[in-house]
Amino acid sequence: MPDTSDILSLESLKVHFPIQGGLFDRVLGRSAGAVRAADGVDLNIGRGEIVALVGESGSGKTTVGRVITKLAQPTGGRLLFEGRDMTSAKGFSALRPYRRRVQMIFQDAYQALNPRHTVFDSVAEPLRSLRLVKNHAQLTERVSEALSAAGLNPPGDFFARFPHELSGGQRQRVVIAGALAVKPELIVADEPVSMLDVSIRAQILQVLVDLRAKHNMALLFITHDLPLAWLIADRIAVLYLGRLVEIGSADDITFNPRHPYTVALRNATPQIRSDASRFELPALQGEVPSAARVPKGCRFHPRCPLAFDRCKEEEPPAIEVGPQHMSACWLPTSGAKAGLSTPNLKSADHGSV
Amino acid sequence: MTNLSQDKASLLEVDGLSVEYRLKGVSLRAIDRVSFALQAGEAVGLVGESGSGKTTTAMAIAGLLSPNARVSGGQVRYRGNLLPIDNDAAMRPHRWTETSVVFQGAMNALNPVHRIIKQIAEPCILKLGMSRAEATARARELLELVGIPTDRGTAYPHELSGGMRQRVMIAMALACRPSIIIGDEPTTALDVITQAQILKLLGKLRSQLNLALILITHDLSVVAESCDRVMIMYAGRIVEDGTVAEIFAKPKHPYTRLLIESIPNPASGIRIIRPIPGDPPNLMNRPSGCAFHPRCPSATGVCTTEVPSLEKFGWGRVACHLHRSSQEGRVAVHA
Repeated sequence: MPDTSDILSLESLKVHFPIQGGLFDRVLGRSAGAVRAADGVDLNIGRGEIVALVGESGSGKTTVGRVITKLAQPTGGRLLFEGRDMTSAKGFSALRPYRRRVQMIFQDAYQALNPRHTVFDSVAEPLRSLRLVKNHAQLTERVSEALSAAGLNPPGDFFARFPHELSGGQRQRVVIAGALAVKPELIVADEPVSMLDVSIRAQILQVLVDLRAKHNMALLFITHDLPLAWLIADRIAVLYLGRLVEIGSADDITFNPRHPYTVALRNATPQIRSDASRFELPALQGEVPSAARVPKGCRFHPRCPLAFDRCKEEEPPAIEVGPQHMSACWLPTSGAKAGLSTPNLKSADHGSV
Repeated sequence: MTNLSQDKASLLEVDGLSVEYRLKGVSLRAIDRVSFALQAGEAVGLVGESGSGKTTTAMAIAGLLSPNARVSGGQVRYRGNLLPIDNDAAMRPHRWTETSVVFQGAMNALNPVHRIIKQIAEPCILKLGMSRAEATARARELLELVGIPTDRGTAYPHELSGGMRQRVMIAMALACRPSIIIGDEPTTALDVITQAQILKLLGKLRSQLNLALILITHDLSVVAESCDRVMIMYAGRIVEDGTVAEIFAKPKHPYTRLLIESIPNPASGIRIIRPIPGDPPNLMNRPSGCAFHPRCPSATGVCTTEVPSLEKFGWGRVACHLHRSSQEGRVAVHA
């Protein structure tokens, strides 16, 4: 982490989507409850830092990304950008400076691009709408710059092309170029490579990593793929049912996970490895519960093979388990009885890093 | 270990299979002289990127090619008998009872207005001539086999999670006791933990029922965990074939090697992004010689002109000019 000051921080961020109740509920003034997509997320991103947000579908990872890019409104907690409270900032003109500095890359490049717009128009769109260029010459220069940074060379060859004339990898590069064009300081990338072929993925990752190296751009990389997160990120945050269960350096989360959910996720991830690198924990049963019915106590306890009484009653806070390594789990406090904190859980490949 | 030699009586033998698609008057060769043999109980991963021909290969074997596809060469034998893969009606007795397919999107493959138990019973009635009561009993058995509580049988597909729906698909595929299951990206739409559960289930069923499995996937790590053998496809051809252990430890084809290297692998400890240069091949405009040569770091002159044939190499097969068996009088050139 090159700079100690955070570009962005989330403080116990909550996004609850109310459930539309029936007529009966409404007459009685009863609430039908809410889907707790994000339920108290604390996360900070440093300047030029790459943070991976890892979770399964329904964990709320996309919602967190949408809050950061102001596409979703939080129902609680705060969103701070360079220490300034942006939680309730609203409206096009109020958000214009923010949008210039924070951009988003979506997963599906097919849907993110207007099929009737040329590559030039798609990339020029944010520059025009945020009024960042004075004339057409400037616009052309910025578009060329962005396309070339996204790996589309020579940029002029792509100006007049339409999305359907491009391969999947090229389309994702155009989407990235659109986000880059405004020279943002933070990019939120929501599963930017999951739709791409394996041989193309690494090319796109390279583009993102180069941006950090050249422009000290920060990146929130949203993914369901733990090895991918390890490859690209400085830190990894693991989300389960709307709450961070563990956060730490990419190596700590990968080789020394402390939360049973992180361990389960790692064990379940198919990898080219020897069986020796699996942690000792039985495979998880069942599926992620609905975010409309979050279990009491630790939200992971119904599926946790190591749960004990306290887990059913009290929600664990984030407990420091190492330098810059937090885990929201009661196990370390239990005197490490069955624990993940005992050395027998060391991974076989720990030494190789 | 799996026996890769093809002289033994194989369950399935694919010999020189080529398939062409007709698109707007243009003929497009999707797979080109694909040959392999599958033993009973063997699990083979068919790996490739989009457009590599992996799905076309598998669908041709099941006789499920789309109407604009044409088998332009080769044949497929099942237990020594020629399969009429280009004749839908003639393939009907073979499907479900000998070869079943588990598709990717379970939600699209299931009928939304029928209870799942009815859908699982359906093939038993149609294919095995069971009565409704017999078929329902068999469906209950199958639900149990794939780990769905039998009282969930009355559920409709939308009431089930993605993992449960995929289990239903597997139950249906097993209904008529086939010998081969073709899984077309069966876990791609699922979360990792659910994916692990489904792969584990497939592995268990495979050993329990001595099923052969052809797993189509773009994900080499899935193959590493669930197959004995892997075939790598590129631009419609098999470029490498070998045991999982062999291929991951010592990939022969440069494409295989680059593919393995481009997968993030914490166990390797190597935290460097290593992209494969260039773009996937365009089938409309296939590169001359070896289709991989424009992206290959070890390509030489011969690679641009001559298509390398798939030849035996060690325990497996490889189609690369860098790895020609010296028995044929050629010098083995190592990169």
